[in-house]
Amino acid sequence: MNDFETIGKSVNKIDALALATGQPVFTDDISFPNTLQIKLLYSPHAHAIIEDIDTSEAEKLPGVKMILTYKNTPQVLHTTAGQGWPEPSPYDTCMFNSKVRYVGDRVAAVIAESEEIASSALKLIKVKYNALPHIFDAEEAMKDGATVIHDEKGISGVYDSKRNLVAHVEVRAGNLEKGFEQSDIIVENTFETQYAQHCPIEPHVALSYLDDYGRIIIRTSTQVPFHVRRIVAQSLDIPVQQIRVIKPRIGGGFGVKQEIILEEICAYVTLKTGRPARILYSREEEFISARTRHPMKITVKIGAKKDGMFNAIKMYALSNTGAYGTHGLTVVSNAGSKTLPLYNKAPNVEFIADVVYTNLPVAGAYRGYGATQGYASLEQAIDILAEKLNMDPVELRKKNHIRKGETSPIFQALGEGREGVTQHVQSEVIDKLIELGTKEISWHEKWRQKKRTGSKVRGVGMSLHMQGSGIPLVDMGAASIKLNEDGSVNLLYGGTDIGTGLDTVAAQIVGETLGIKPEQVIIYASDTDMTPFDVGAYASSGTFISGGAVLNASLKVRDQIIEVAKEMFGEFNSNEFILKDGKVTSPRSSKSVTISEIAYQTLYVKNHHQIMAINSFVSPYSPPPFAANFVEVEVDEDTGIVTPIKYVAVVDCGVAINPELAKGQVIGAVVNGIGYALTEDYKFGDNGKMLNPNFMEYRIPSSRDIPEIVPIFVETYEPTGPYGAKSVAEIGINGPIPSIGNAIYDAVGIRLHSTPYTPMKVLKALEERR
Amino acid sequence: MKVKYIMNGGIKEFDIQPGEVLLDVLRRNGYTEIKGNCYMGTCGACAVLINGTPKTTCTTLAAQVDGAEITTIKGIGTITNPSPIQKAFVEKGAVQCGFCTPGTIITAYALLRKNPNPTEEDIKKAIDGNLCRCTGYVQQIEAIKSAAELLKGGENNE
Ligand code: FES
Ligand code: FES
Repeated sequence: MNDFETIGKSVNKIDALALATGQPVFTDDISFPNTLQIKLLYSPHAHAIIEDIDTSEAEKLPGVKMILTYKNTPQVLHTTAGQGWPEPSPYDTCMFNSKVRYVGDRVAAVIAESEEIASSALKLIKVKYNALPHIFDAEEAMKDGATVIHDEKGISGVYDSKRNLVAHVEVRAGNLEKGFEQSDIIVENTFETQYAQHCPIEPHVALSYLDDYGRIIIRTSTQVPFHVRRIVAQSLDIPVQQIRVIKPRIGGGFGVKQEIILEEICAYVTLKTGRPARILYSREEEFISARTRHPMKITVKIGAKKDGMFNAIKMYALSNTGAYGTHGLTVVSNAGSKTLPLYNKAPNVEFIADVVYTNLPVAGAYRGYGATQGYASLEQAIDILAEKLNMDPVELRKKNHIRKGETSPIFQALGEGREGVTQHVQSEVIDKLIELGTKEISWHEKWRQKKRTGSKVRGVGMSLHMQGSGIPLVDMGAASIKLNEDGSVNLLYGGTDIGTGLDTVAAQIVGETLGIKPEQVIIYASDTDMTPFDVGAYASSGTFISGGAVLNASLKVRDQIIEVAKEMFGEFNSNEFILKDGKVTSPRSSKSVTISEIAYQTLYVKNHHQIMAINSFVSPYSPPPFAANFVEVEVDEDTGIVTPIKYVAVVDCGVAINPELAKGQVIGAVVNGIGYALTEDYKFGDNGKMLNPNFMEYRIPSSRDIPEIVPIFVETYEPTGPYGAKSVAEIGINGPIPSIGNAIYDAVGIRLHSTPYTPMKVLKALEERR
Repeated sequence: MKVKYIMNGGIKEFDIQPGEVLLDVLRRNGYTEIKGNCYMGTCGACAVLINGTPKTTCTTLAAQVDGAEITTIKGIGTITNPSPIQKAFVEKGAVQCGFCTPGTIITAYALLRKNPNPTEEDIKKAIDGNLCRCTGYVQQIEAIKSAAELLKGGENNE
């Protein structure tokens, strides 16, 4: 569609070979002599006041350097959310608190010469708890007389702490009551999604040490190096200037490494002792004490005319943020803001949400960010409506989805903890996505056919989705580029590649703009001393925001190169130059000079200067990628086992700058979503303790669990994105719950109202149906 | 106590503590290409070849394999001289974060030595114990198929 040299080509991921040959590129692959090891003590209670901590025995153990508790650490209320400033999450936690609010809340840290000594010392700490009544149920949390989870002095950003209400959202457009009155058919669906963990194969890990000037260097597995610097400075009450954060290669994030959980403790130890310090979560700690997805209960009510046109949509979301309010408001807002605009034909819309504290693990950002939970309910409600209207659910969606040039009042009304920004959709693509998906899954041959082989019945289901590309007018990235003698460039930027391939995409953008090969772009990224700012890797912002900054910096460098070429060609009035194959060419005179020659000219010969530029990118736009997902499942009526057979994800991410990487994002997200739909779940004991914090009992998909997966890209050109691109990393995770749910219904006529879709739930529903 | 292993072809001696698992011993001694920290044999990121067979080092006692021949991912290819399977992972987009990659590649390498013509099912079965949260496995499976082709085309599996 476009005549690009490197955009749209699957160049190899630039760090892939280093990773495939085991180079020491991860946080924990380097170590320093004399490093102190940190281990954490966790609360066995769901809700308790710490009456006293006696660390004297533990301190006596040889090799123990110090023990940290709320008594000897800064009591600065902050949020661990790792968001931009000012954060839309409440300031409701300190490094250590004098009250514990869930099993897994941290109580103390032992700092010792070895991990073994630290672990032994943990057992010697004596804590006297005064247990309080606990709340595990989100609905209970809001009731009168419920125990108050956050009653500490000085917390801020909580909507109503006496009612355990972290946030409350109300957004309306049109007249909902009238909308339903004037509808011919009304359906309502309530759907509950569960606790789940991101499970990056590399857990949280941080290493800190002093540089020669006594500044603290933090090498950490993070999605947000610049926010780490700011928030560690805040919680340690030291200047930002005293901290440098370095992000090496990251072993997966998916949202959980947006949280700033370990860095502050590590940095504090280095600050106090002057020695290197290291902290590494075990898999169990990652489950119980990192972050999770917000479990939600969402009711969707749709009113429609006889012809299927939506007239009113009401969504109510109850979100459980666990013991601390990180991402509480914004995740729930996205349950509405990333779903309702997709069906903008309904003139009357209402979105209401409550976010509550409970005494369960802390929820945070997770790929999909609320949209996953919103679509789980909405996309199944639409199928329920289709059946009532006796319509093909595919056709019903076609009537109601948003189209090119259109908007939705929700874009403006519902932002990230503040008002949003109006968006107009730039691509007319959804019908095409649907068409290709129906064809690939053979929808018309399979829907309502209930093909049976013994106890096994097949069914098909589908769902539609959108996401965003960064947070409009909030997310900012910056990049700097300088030219070297051989025509290579150094790109320094804040963009945070956490395994997605962003660095490769950035190299392609620079290469395309300057007419050089992506291999000629030397990248150094996400180091708060060395690179410009970037908000980091979240909100599907990588290609769009960080990539936009890289493009803007490239364009400036391009202008500077052209200025020199003009002089060398003596063509001062021309503005048309072509940068390609490492050369600048004037079409008018056919004169040509290599970019390397230009670099030599400016560095050594005449009018000496360094060709280099820095530029930033922030956008009023957050163009949504779109997706239509289709799945064929097999439901075994004897065992209740649901097996996805084939999964088709048809995606519009604008121009896929690197199709192979985009494909990997979609497939990876779909498989993550299938795990969430079918197996992944926290089991809690009576005291609120997670009982299955390991990969044996918390089952994430393995190679043998995946169906045939067919990703299909429909290319559109997004005018507001770098080289026509928009985002792709999150959208794929939203499809499995609703499309598999709809397919189960198509196969055996049962509608499950919560995930995961376990054999037990299927059998029970089949029983009830009889 | 001391143990000896033939590490990627060269004899090396290590000091170990009683009860220590191989993963800790080797990482401590600089073999950081071995990943993983589930310590239950459930993620596969810590896999190496022990006498030619893929094993999880987190469930292997260091003392028990004294004298063994151990191959890590660096033993089958390096950044300056990668093996066909490492190249295939790069070319097929099978490396995202890359944290699972050493374990998966070493497992696939062993599969291809035993079975140069694996079916898709064979591949899925072989890497069933190597969890990957990023890729969704599809491109990894494609890479292993492609490596099998490369090897049949005469490239050396080293
Ligand atoms: S660390 Fe050995 S299998 Fe996970
Ligand atoms: S590539 Fe990240 S876990 Fe496999």
